[in-house]
Amino acid sequence: MESMGYEKDHIIPYRSFLYVLAGLIALTLTSVTLTHIFLGTLTVTIALLIAAIKSFFVLRIFMHLKFEKRMFSIGVTAVALLISVVIIITLLDYLYR
Amino acid sequence: MSPEKNAAEHNYLNYKGKYKGIFSWIFSTDHKRIGLLYLFSILSFFIIGATLGLLMKFELIAPGSTIMDAQSYNAFFTLHGIIMIFAVVIPGLPAVFGNFLLPIMIGAKDVAFPKINLLSWYLYVTGVTLVLLSQFAGQGPPDTGWTFYAPYSFRTTNTMLPAVFGAFVLGFSSILTGLNFLVTIHRMRAPGMTWLKMPLFPWSLYATGWVQLLATPIIGITLLMIVGERTLHIGFFDPTLGGDPILYQHLFWTYSHPAVYIMILPAMGAISEIISTFSHKTIFGYRFMIASLLAIAFVGYFIWGHHMFTSGMSGTALYTFSLLTFLVAIPSAIKVFNWISTMHKGSIDLQTPFYWAMAFIFVFMIGGFSGLILGSLAANVHLHNTHFVVAHFHFIVFGGTGFAFFGAAHYWFPKITGRMYDTKWANIGLVLFFLGFITLYGPMFYLGFKGMPRRYFDYDEVFHAGNIISTMGSWVLYSGLAIILINLFSALRGGKKAVSDPWGGKTLEWTIPSPPPVENFVETPFITRGPYDYK
Amino acid sequence: MNTHAYIHRDDLTSKTGMWLFLFTEMLLFGGLFVVYSVYRFRNPLAFHMAAGELSVFIGTLNTVILLTSSATIAMSVTAMQKQNKKLTLLLLGITILLGVAFLVNKYFEWGGHIREHIYPGSSVLALRGQGDVLFYGLYYFMTGLHALHIVIGLVFIGFITVFVFINKVNTENFVLLENSGLYWHLVDLIWIFLFPLFYLIT
Repeated sequence: MESMGYEKDHIIPYRSFLYVLAGLIALTLTSVTLTHIFLGTLTVTIALLIAAIKSFFVLRIFMHLKFEKRMFSIGVTAVALLISVVIIITLLDYLYR
Repeated sequence: MSPEKNAAEHNYLNYKGKYKGIFSWIFSTDHKRIGLLYLFSILSFFIIGATLGLLMKFELIAPGSTIMDAQSYNAFFTLHGIIMIFAVVIPGLPAVFGNFLLPIMIGAKDVAFPKINLLSWYLYVTGVTLVLLSQFAGQGPPDTGWTFYAPYSFRTTNTMLPAVFGAFVLGFSSILTGLNFLVTIHRMRAPGMTWLKMPLFPWSLYATGWVQLLATPIIGITLLMIVGERTLHIGFFDPTLGGDPILYQHLFWTYSHPAVYIMILPAMGAISEIISTFSHKTIFGYRFMIASLLAIAFVGYFIWGHHMFTSGMSGTALYTFSLLTFLVAIPSAIKVFNWISTMHKGSIDLQTPFYWAMAFIFVFMIGGFSGLILGSLAANVHLHNTHFVVAHFHFIVFGGTGFAFFGAAHYWFPKITGRMYDTKWANIGLVLFFLGFITLYGPMFYLGFKGMPRRYFDYDEVFHAGNIISTMGSWVLYSGLAIILINLFSALRGGKKAVSDPWGGKTLEWTIPSPPPVENFVETPFITRGPYDYK
Repeated sequence: MNTHAYIHRDDLTSKTGMWLFLFTEMLLFGGLFVVYSVYRFRNPLAFHMAAGELSVFIGTLNTVILLTSSATIAMSVTAMQKQNKKLTLLLLGITILLGVAFLVNKYFEWGGHIREHIYPGSSVLALRGQGDVLFYGLYYFMTGLHALHIVIGLVFIGFITVFVFINKVNTENFVLLENSGLYWHLVDLIWIFLFPLFYLIT
């Protein structure tokens, strides 16, 4: 299974990266602003949600997952889920002590 | 047979490459040579670890101090554990037989990243060196047990950092090996070898690779946190600073439980190969065998708390972990049923590797059943930290991984060395080893049940008789081991030359000469059949 | 070093290896997120108050810096594919500069805290209470480990920049550039989560 060197990749235009960057910065500033407005436990949830959305775009566009084999996206999702489940199970101890 | 004779004469052992002498080994990126480098290192450390065990058993032959004091005993069982776990059984089968056989069994010329493979070995040697150095540096050898529990691991004045860092480096070695094997299996199977035509030993290495990759970083970071505690007083596990020692246990076992699947999955894979070959029959339930390998790896990730039942976890955690722990027994049992079913109506050839496989099934089941007992919450309260636990993990790890390692060694020896060993002495060694093993570890179930604690150098007179029997078992085991090793070593020089396929196996390694040529296959094989095509 | 008798190049294999390595990095930091979750759960008020002492301005600035550097290194791959070696080098250079800027900010940020005797093991910190000790312990450990990864990333990108310059990495063979980008993006991803967890839980 030895394939020849390079692949004729799809080329992402510079513009796309700049649009995504603009979106990411906007989301960052939004989360900072929201923190100063709302109070309570909801703040963190929203901040983490925004972080998740930002990661989605970094993974999908910057890291090229949109154009790679499905296998890679499945792997990233699986690892993220794994970490989450480990955290949840660990918290089962602390939540119910 | 002339072409084969010529082929066997130009093999990976006598290949003349860029480097000469020892450098042709320690700078080699040939997966076969790297496998042997690991074999040499792992065997050496196994002998050191086994000798430590032998001395520990001698200490325990009588109550009170026999040949050492309490502090020394602590240092002994710490080093014995670190060496056996991190330097022997975790690398064990993957690093030796995985490295040697995986590319060949999937029809490839080498692993995906040969230089990283060599780096893995360098990291391994570095890690074990650091661990051994901890014995001699400064303040006395580590005395925490291989589990490095907080807060003692950051409070003890004994030397800890080299051992902790050594374990970290060993973890990195394991990660890189797992990564290498995963990519190799994904990308380098021979044309025609679909996933469902791949033999079970490579499949087991695939499942193991995921565990190595995804579990080991957790202990990496945990060990770094211990370093942080010892050097910076960071407070994560220090109750006086708000930390929770139980959190250390959570993090430690989140790796160390999946680690036992790193130990046992390749063992199960090797056993599958052996049983199929010597039954001259295809493996029963091939797809279920694959599914159970993956299921064990998956479920194994979520059951770490069964090492912590008496630590102070919440009730919810207790019954969650106990329930999930029982689940993992199911795929393991499926494998045992399928091995037996493979033998049923097979044409059995009673050879040394097959005897090891049968012994494996016997001790693995005892180990497994005792695991179920320990997984039951009520029983665990009584048995935790007693010799029952010691018996359990020796049966399942030494019995499991260890027996499979010797079985694999006797199975693939002709392929690796091009020689046959003396079967009579191999079997004598096995019998002594097996009898010694049962005598050494069997009584521990009873001793533990009666209340004898583990990691104590002293014990109540009521446990004396059981300990005498156990210690004598260690002598029989050790002599069996000596016979096995001497037999194999003398075969290296004086053994009869082996043919490509001395056992009648059907997997790809038996289609090439013994020992194999450097590039494994003169022509890339094209696969059209399943792996165990005995019709 | 060549007792294996073949040489081949396979970009998908190389990229797969890199992604698997990234998974291990995710899990490495994952362990720290476990610790953070537990201690945040147990000390919600202390974490909330301590987070208020961090400079949201520097944190936000660093976030923007890292996001931009991610964009620039991603664009460098496009430049490479379009055979624009000069632009590739320029974008890589900017990435490195932005990474250094991040570290400089970190240096001043940490310096500020250290001058106030807030660091692991300090008696001042211990006196403030267990929640604070844990918050700052996690803060230093996690951002410290992250900063170490920035350094490693910068070294990696530095090597790739040299390789691009000497044409060892070129339009026909640029998987190393992509891989260095992947590593850098991961470092960015980790910060994307560290930022709210330390600066925005006020």
